[in-house]
Amino acid sequence: MTSRIRLRPALGGVLAITLLALGCGGSTQDELVIGEYGSLSGNDATFGQSTKNGVELALDELKAAKDGKIGGLRVRIVVEDDQGRPEEAATAVQKLINQDRVCAVLGEVASSRSLAAAPISQAAGVPMISPSSTNPRVTQVGDYIFRMCFIDPFQGTVMAKFAAQNLGLKRVAILKDVRNDYSVGLAQFYADAFVKLGGQIVGEQAYSAGDQDFRAQLTNVKGKNPQAIFVPGYYTEVGLIARQARELGITVPLLGGDGWESDQLLEIGGPALNGCYYSNHFSVDNPDPRLQSFLKAYRAKYGADPDAIGGLAYDAANVLFLSMDKLATENAETFKGLGSAAAGSDARRAATTRLREIIASTRDYPGVTGTITLDANRNARKPAVVIEIKDGKKVYNTTINP
Amino acid sequence: MAEFFQQLVNGITWGSVYALIALGYTMVYGILKLINFAHGDVYMLGAFFAYYSARWLGVAEHPTPLHALGVLLLAMAGCAVVGIVIERAAYKPVRRSSRLAALITAIGVSLLLENAGILIFGPDPKFFPQIIPSTNIALGGGVTISNQQVIILVVSVVLMIGLRFIVLKTRVGKAMQAVSHNHTAAALMGISVDRIITFTFMIGSMLAAAAGVLVALQNPKIEPLMGIMPGLKAFVAAVLGGIGNIPGAVIGGLIMGIAEVMVVGYLSPTYRDAIAFVLLIVILLVRPAGILGRNVAEKV
Repeated sequence: MTSRIRLRPALGGVLAITLLALGCGGSTQDELVIGEYGSLSGNDATFGQSTKNGVELALDELKAAKDGKIGGLRVRIVVEDDQGRPEEAATAVQKLINQDRVCAVLGEVASSRSLAAAPISQAAGVPMISPSSTNPRVTQVGDYIFRMCFIDPFQGTVMAKFAAQNLGLKRVAILKDVRNDYSVGLAQFYADAFVKLGGQIVGEQAYSAGDQDFRAQLTNVKGKNPQAIFVPGYYTEVGLIARQARELGITVPLLGGDGWESDQLLEIGGPALNGCYYSNHFSVDNPDPRLQSFLKAYRAKYGADPDAIGGLAYDAANVLFLSMDKLATENAETFKGLGSAAAGSDARRAATTRLREIIASTRDYPGVTGTITLDANRNARKPAVVIEIKDGKKVYNTTINP
Repeated sequence: MAEFFQQLVNGITWGSVYALIALGYTMVYGILKLINFAHGDVYMLGAFFAYYSARWLGVAEHPTPLHALGVLLLAMAGCAVVGIVIERAAYKPVRRSSRLAALITAIGVSLLLENAGILIFGPDPKFFPQIIPSTNIALGGGVTISNQQVIILVVSVVLMIGLRFIVLKTRVGKAMQAVSHNHTAAALMGISVDRIITFTFMIGSMLAAAAGVLVALQNPKIEPLMGIMPGLKAFVAAVLGGIGNIPGAVIGGLIMGIAEVMVVGYLSPTYRDAIAFVLLIVILLVRPAGILGRNVAEKV
């Protein structure tokens, strides 16, 4: 009996605090909440960090130009860290939609994580723009899923063409990450295109992300005597693979895709990467004025050069802002449905349906990563650039058009 | 054939790292009959201590062999302290309880170290500086070995010989042997059992730290969860060689490293982690005491 009596004031206190918290937490102000999810930590943390930087820069410019408002509503971006894990990506997007009541989602870079989260966005009818997932299956999830970049069948062809025509290679081996949708897909598209161009895939080896030691696979590949090794992985493993390849006396160039795009690639791989090539979304050497003004703004804010991942995130955020702005001018009543106050209502559904159509109709948007036109499958058709690593620096080599 | 020998070289270097970690498991088991699951995490701490001391000493900018040795010794000293603290704070209080209690404590310590690592060092991988620039040494017939692999082999062998010397020739080593036979009898002979157990943890942790530094030297990516898999595999290596048996741990580690590299090189890399546990099952079925282990009948 005594214990129950003593509990009562405590219980009352807890109740009071809860009520207080509810009173403060529930924002009464209507705003435009946009969700962003990415790998801010984990094995490929620069992907998430660059994306966050690109989106933040776009938001800063919106603040400078229009006081951070679209259609009278203040824009707020909620960022979730998925730690580089697909299951966390799904949870993050679930939380963004259910708790933060976002009206659109930006992310992810890694195709495996975009693929994990996209079905949730699609089911909730919340448009999701992946800045830089290149696996074709990402946008096949549904009509609410978009991307700002080219897809892997094209990227594979680019590197195959480059290897066969520019480098004049005939025999290439492949080393792919078997637990990564992007890597497996790109390896296949590359092999198909390279064989079609008269080349030969002399060996195919695999690893799993997180592995430390690749010497066994590389020794096997070395025995096949390839003229180059195609490694469609992410930068952390690529850096380690390059070093170990050189230690085993493999001197042929390594080739790769946009998964190499990170400042840390050179930090890990060092001189072992000299003479290697990878396909990318942009090169900072491009004199295009839009790109150069973006570079200037980015350097001023972060004190470093952006990678292509940051550029694509910047474009994705701006395409989303522009589409929302179009909706606000077109129909102010429908636009109100995007506000956080309308979450879960029919008005929200009507607004995101219209927003989806506006994003899908994006034509000739002048992005910093190239002109963006979305096709019927919600993919952007853009040229790819090939970057060469020379004396520890990323140097523009050539552009290959679709 | 060159390819096979190259794989063998790869396997032996990789295996010598497992051997170093396995020694810590086997020593602690020999003395306490405790499987110290936190051992893999001490290996992780070794790599991180080396990372921070290399930065503190500024070795990355001016790598010299003397600096590299300094980094190795600092990491080993740091882990020696960690080993002593773990033993005193976590294992000593439960030493008189059941063996299951000690085992669960070990798992708890392991989780504590991993998550403290994430909290303190951050979850992102760090990149170990090149404290010894790598060069290649041709062994003839197309087989090469890097100077870093040579260093791994040399340091491992030196440490293993040193350990063997300590255990067989010194007073403290003989006391360790006595304690491993029987705690009470050893205590009656005037041996301070507590001190010997602490010493064992210290030596085991130093070997794990050395393994951590050597691996980081060769594969420069380090992160707080890097100790889990090598820890488990080194444990399997210790069981393979006969747990409690020091030469057994070395043999087990080498078999493990070679088996892993051969599986990746000739079968499929997806079986890399599976092979360790296949070996464990086979050895438990065929020779439960391990390759060099003796079957001791337990009196009920």
